[in-house]
Amino acid sequence: MKKANRKWGLLSLALLLAMAVGCSSSGSSPGSGTTSNEKGNAQAPAKEGSDKGATATAKKTITITYRDDGIGEKGVLYKWIKDVASRYPNQEVEIKPTPIQASEGDYFAKIALALKSKDTAPDIVTEDTFMLNSDASAGFLEPLDDRLKGWEDWSNGSFIEAMKKGVTASDGKIYGVPYNTDSRGLWYNKEIFKTVGLPEDWNPKSWDEVLSAARVIKEKAGSDVVPIWMNMGKATGEATSMQTYEMLLYGTGERLYDEASSKWIVKSAGITEALSFIETIIKEKLGPPLSKVLNGQAGNTATREYLPKGKLGILLDGSWITGNYLDSGAAPWPEYKDVLGFAPMPTNNGQAPGTITLAGGWALSIPANAQHKDEAWDFIQFALNKENTQKLVIASGNITVRADVGKDPEYTKMPFNEIATDYLKNAEFRPAQDKYPEVSTQIQSMVESVASGTSAADAAQKYAQDVTRIVGQDHTIEK
Amino acid sequence: MSVVSISSRTLRRKNWTWLYFLLPSIAIMLLFFIYPILLTFFYSFTNLALTGEAAKELKFVGLANYTRMFHDPTVRISIWNTLIFLIGSAVIGQQVLGFLIALLMKHKNKTFRRIMGTIVLAGWVTPEIVCALCLYSFFGDEGTLNMILSFFAIPQVTWLFTVPMLAIILGNIWHGTAFSMIVFQAALDNVPSEIEEAAVVDGASKLQILFRITIPYIKQTITTNMMLVTLQTLGVFGLIYAMTGGGPGTKTTTLPIFMYNQAFVNYQLGYGTAISLLLLLLGIVLSLFYIRSLKE
Repeated sequence: MKKANRKWGLLSLALLLAMAVGCSSSGSSPGSGTTSNEKGNAQAPAKEGSDKGATATAKKTITITYRDDGIGEKGVLYKWIKDVASRYPNQEVEIKPTPIQASEGDYFAKIALALKSKDTAPDIVTEDTFMLNSDASAGFLEPLDDRLKGWEDWSNGSFIEAMKKGVTASDGKIYGVPYNTDSRGLWYNKEIFKTVGLPEDWNPKSWDEVLSAARVIKEKAGSDVVPIWMNMGKATGEATSMQTYEMLLYGTGERLYDEASSKWIVKSAGITEALSFIETIIKEKLGPPLSKVLNGQAGNTATREYLPKGKLGILLDGSWITGNYLDSGAAPWPEYKDVLGFAPMPTNNGQAPGTITLAGGWALSIPANAQHKDEAWDFIQFALNKENTQKLVIASGNITVRADVGKDPEYTKMPFNEIATDYLKNAEFRPAQDKYPEVSTQIQSMVESVASGTSAADAAQKYAQDVTRIVGQDHTIEK
Repeated sequence: MSVVSISSRTLRRKNWTWLYFLLPSIAIMLLFFIYPILLTFFYSFTNLALTGEAAKELKFVGLANYTRMFHDPTVRISIWNTLIFLIGSAVIGQQVLGFLIALLMKHKNKTFRRIMGTIVLAGWVTPEIVCALCLYSFFGDEGTLNMILSFFAIPQVTWLFTVPMLAIILGNIWHGTAFSMIVFQAALDNVPSEIEEAAVVDGASKLQILFRITIPYIKQTITTNMMLVTLQTLGVFGLIYAMTGGGPGTKTTTLPIFMYNQAFVNYQLGYGTAISLLLLLLGIVLSLFYIRSLKE
């Protein structure tokens, strides 16, 4: 009996130990192939005799993490990384794409988790400029100011100056090198405009002109044509905040955040005016059916279905939507170059600067926990030189952040590229503030409630309360 | 004396023996269940965040997350939605429907029972996310339901937009009824037929038999099932997330959806954990309520 007991005791202890060993994380093992050990790494044989050391040095692996929306090796970024890596002069490093498959919203969460640890942080990460500040103030990213000083392209005017603002965090340091951007404006269907007697070369000077064009379309184009479409739902997330509300708000001359006092503006005439514009569209039934615009697919419905099928007159959206219409896109539409027009969004009463656009875009950053920062930086300089940047923006249908690419005939011959780049002159950025993602969620609720019939005044009041609750009373200001 | 001491020693030894057997599982419970709950409790008093300034250093913020929760109108809406969803789809829908199906299938022929059972079970064995996609394409604007309606020239309804709560409640009923049906079938089969026959002889009507004999007889099962279904329904996330995403507006934002949005969309993990404890509290309160009614 006693013996048996001891045996059981030992057995259960052994089990416990085994569990303890199993659960303690083995910190030394590379999390996702991001670290390269000197030993045991499968590696291409280094060139014999090229290195002076007696032992062959292991090839260093530089990992690049970006968002893969499910197309894997067909993806533009994957192909581009492979292409750039094949021409990279430094043979001592191996460039390895380590994509994260996720929706856009999930990507930010997954990145944040990956950057937290040395085991999982890549050497280079693609950052949306709107999350850059949050990730920087979390200490996830490496400031690049010192390194940038030594890079000629950065200081000799190759990069559009306004674009540097987008990668500067609230502490004034730069945390990424931008590789693409976008602008926003009014896409319109020239055929519909022609039919209803509106100018095919449309250039509205104020919000009233936009509305009156929509009214004409409603009156003359038939009931199955939606006059004007803007994202208005929570489900479309950041698209609602940026493409709709901020384009309107910034067009009134107001901003979301008051840089001078470092406070969020929770009440202003601009907020009410922006919401009233949306209210007018809803009241006069100039917009899309609510069930279509308040779900997560609204953006795709507008760009891939309504616009190509001639069921939509005006669409307030980003410069990238034409990517859908390329042969490699989701909804190929060869005639888009002739049918679509792209007009700048006017300020509300046409006051200076006359037009407004918000710019976003993506940057390459180096995580604070990266293993090979120097090698990563060298690669970024090569990957984002004129030739390589140009290849990327042409393949992805984005706008370039480099002035020299912007002048290149190869780039300007792509339809709408030149005009979209031109709009960047007055580009504004979202506030580089930690709380922005949360405030943005409140913006989406506010816009959706106006779209669903709440009055502009009530929605604005609720927004003020919600934002005050999030950022705290002493960080708000009324104008 | 000696006899006593021996017996007590064997007793003690016996005590030790069961402990040996249980140790591994206790350890697992502690490690993977109790510890995370304690950790969640701890984090709910901090400013834990996924990114931003707060992610740099963990700060103790006292009751800030809880005060924020009490001032947040969306929390109230979410609790309300959770209760509507719970009562509509679990307490009324799955229970009553499951019981009715079980009752109607009693004493029917085997083939009929088998076919019916399979149809109801189909909804239950389907994984939640597959279920949600099926339901989405059923209720969607160009979905099956609207196609059927337009065939009969009835005007179409944007179900997921005009009556989103009804849509997810119906969806959850379809998905979960089979569980209650199985439980009740087993319970009803255990009701001795002699009692029912005696009641018939005494001249009781069908309804009287149902309410005076059958239901009281399986009261235990009803309460247990109620508790299980309630706890399952409180945690439903995937179905709602895939069908409506909590929208339009906050019309179908239940606590799990709200929690997810705070933690992984707004990156406020600390606030998210506070909400998760609210959900836990709701589950505990309801469970206690059921257990007490079971005792009575």
